[in-house]
Amino acid sequence: MDKKKEEFIFQGLMITSALIVIGSLIFVLAVVVLKGLPALNLGMLTQTPKGGYYLGGEGGILNAITGSLCLAGGATLLALPLSLSIALFLQMYSGKSKFSEFTRLSLDVLWGVPSIVYGAFGFTIMVFLGVRASLLGGVMALTLLALPIMSRAMEEVISMVPPELKESAYALGATRLETAMSVVVRQSLPGILTAILLAFGRAIGDAASVLFTAGYTDSLPSSLFRPVASLPLAVFFQLATPFPEVQQRAYTSALVLTIIVLFISLGCRLIGGRFTAHVIR
Amino acid sequence: MANPHISVHNLNVFYGDLHALKDLTVEIPERQITAIIGPSGCGKTTFLKSLNRLVELVDGTKISGKVLVHGLDIYHPNVDVTEIRKAIGLLSQRPHPLPMSIYDNVAFGPRLHGLKDREELDRIVEDHLRAAGLWDEVKDRLHAPASRLSAGQQQRLCLARGLAVEPKVLLGDEPTSALDPMSAQHIERRLLDLKENYTIVVVTHILRQARRLADYVIFLYLGELVEHGPASDFFNHPKEPRTRAYIRGEF
Amino acid sequence: MVTLSSGLLVFLIALALYARAKPILAAKPLGELIFSSSWHPSKGEFGFYPFILGTLWVTALAMIISIPLSLLTAIYLAEYASARVRGVLKPLIDLLAGIPSVVYGLWGVLAVVPLIRDYLAPLMGRGLGFIPLFSAENLTGYSVLAGSIVLALMVFPIIISVTEEVFRSVPDGLREASLALGATKWQMVKHVVMRKSLPGIVAAIVLGFSRAFGETMAVLMVVGNVAMIPSSIFDPAYPLTALIANNYGEMMSIPLYGSALLGAGLILLLVVLSFNIVARIILRRVLGKGG
Repeated sequence: MDKKKEEFIFQGLMITSALIVIGSLIFVLAVVVLKGLPALNLGMLTQTPKGGYYLGGEGGILNAITGSLCLAGGATLLALPLSLSIALFLQMYSGKSKFSEFTRLSLDVLWGVPSIVYGAFGFTIMVFLGVRASLLGGVMALTLLALPIMSRAMEEVISMVPPELKESAYALGATRLETAMSVVVRQSLPGILTAILLAFGRAIGDAASVLFTAGYTDSLPSSLFRPVASLPLAVFFQLATPFPEVQQRAYTSALVLTIIVLFISLGCRLIGGRFTAHVIR
Repeated sequence: MANPHISVHNLNVFYGDLHALKDLTVEIPERQITAIIGPSGCGKTTFLKSLNRLVELVDGTKISGKVLVHGLDIYHPNVDVTEIRKAIGLLSQRPHPLPMSIYDNVAFGPRLHGLKDREELDRIVEDHLRAAGLWDEVKDRLHAPASRLSAGQQQRLCLARGLAVEPKVLLGDEPTSALDPMSAQHIERRLLDLKENYTIVVVTHILRQARRLADYVIFLYLGELVEHGPASDFFNHPKEPRTRAYIRGEF
Repeated sequence: MVTLSSGLLVFLIALALYARAKPILAAKPLGELIFSSSWHPSKGEFGFYPFILGTLWVTALAMIISIPLSLLTAIYLAEYASARVRGVLKPLIDLLAGIPSVVYGLWGVLAVVPLIRDYLAPLMGRGLGFIPLFSAENLTGYSVLAGSIVLALMVFPIIISVTEEVFRSVPDGLREASLALGATKWQMVKHVVMRKSLPGIVAAIVLGFSRAFGETMAVLMVVGNVAMIPSSIFDPAYPLTALIANNYGEMMSIPLYGSALLGAGLILLLVVLSFNIVARIILRRVLGKGG
């Protein structure tokens, strides 16, 4: 029958599509692992580039690893109090007013802004302030990137706190701030941690926003006002050289970056399970 | 009973570990209204949906037993489930108009099964809107979106839509509980008219509705068949103590 | 307080970029900026046309590749897959979303570009080469197609997850009602679920488009970065994002160059902004989100 054939064909198409999508994920991961694994050794991870590194000499990517951790860590730390206050404010004080609707829409839209725009904006501000490409600049740009991601995720988690829980706290005479800190945050702790990890993961992997603002260097991060290396840029620059040894290091840098991101993803999932000691279902 | 339309034999339904229907064996008479009654959560809807094989849509459902419609076991592996569902229509509790015009709602079923002729479709739409008692109210706006109708009108539309595929049996899952009294009355009157040509099975938790409509009654409690029989026997001379208690309103 | 400023942040950014872009907008008529093809900053010529088209080509092709695959996968996840299969697939798709763009770019360079250079281009060039769209004159493999494939992967998770959420918001009663009339599962999906979800599906696609439009790193690494107007999917291109990223170093040295590049950034921002706003508003209505 016609409709049976149609059903059969489309079911086949659907499964094929799903396989293609998942297959491409596996393809990407496979290439990264296979190409990156050969040069993955302790030396790579614990040394900074020595002289002639980019010409095939000695060294490793410690500069990029620590640089990325500082950049993403700094951005996450800065964004954390801001996002938490925004999320709490929206959920507990402002509710459904036009203002909060507008802010939510703004945050959603900010979430979609291309990271290069953040980079360009950050660069503009830096030029205006006379700041040079540095750790500080990179952190600022990444904070802009991280903020909407964190706030949105946090707000969603906080909105899932059952209203009865908040009511019981109010009924005992707690102020909104007290309820916020002692009840709401505790209840949403796993979700909040996930939001933080999510933002960190996004920040550490972003290249376009740090391109203009953080610069690049071979040394470990030493000061807020000096340029700093990052893993994504390490991949990019090392790939661009004509030397196969250096290109190999690009693959390995990509592998390291991917592993970090995968760990963060795993962490997010696991947190869903743990840290729920205080959480009431 | 002489010629049951539907015969259920040892029907068991499990939702995972939950034994929702326990070894049901009962018959449903032809061209009469059969009411399935019992307190909430006792398997009435599960039973109803096992008659048109909608119950198997939920993940993890296990069904055993036989349901014979005019002798044909609808759970037989060779059976085409879409044909079964075409022959056994369902009117849900909440009206669910499809996201299209009034005309298209009623024509949906016939079109699904291959009917394309425009005149034929027009005729079917009109006939069944009349049968559902909605024709006069919508005949001038057949192509307006169905969502604009009132709840009562939407339910009548769903009735027309269900009748348009020419089922032999019509199932109703508390079809009036989401409606205002006027619309509820309207639907009840339609069902009484329709029993001339269709076998109707209605789930209801309103005893008075069962008294008004039913020719035959099936009483389920906690997934078990407690008692069944012709309506007058059932209401006037109930045999089981639980039946008596339920009729008296004790639970 | 903080919340207020975050709401205004969007405007702040737009304003800042505009301020920096103003000089070039003042110096040259808008028409010339958009439609001229000559890009010679040292001579003071800033025609954005090739870059705009480059972005459009890559993004459009990426959408063509990803929309059918994403929609079909989303339907499968929402309507057909068992809970167990869904539990495995969904995290994997989320993983796709988390992979950094450089890694996608690297994969593009290592796997996609050679694939195109060694297999696809010669194959298609021989078979379909008479169609200008598929003419394989460029033999490097760094092409619109490479950029689109990489972008398509990055866009999959967005379209899939939003579409799936929209499907899940369709009430079960509606599904049952159509199945009760004797519809097959696919008929139910086609006529009822998808019809009801149409605005949401559009919003998902718009969000995906906007993501592809603004992506920098991954596409920059595989698309060739040659400032020409592509005429075939195997031609290289130079999207706006790559333009900004590649040349920020020279921004300060040539007059108006910085302003031009930031003007490009402004265009990007405005396009992405408007698409996102529209898509989000549609989604709020479809999903009934209060927050």
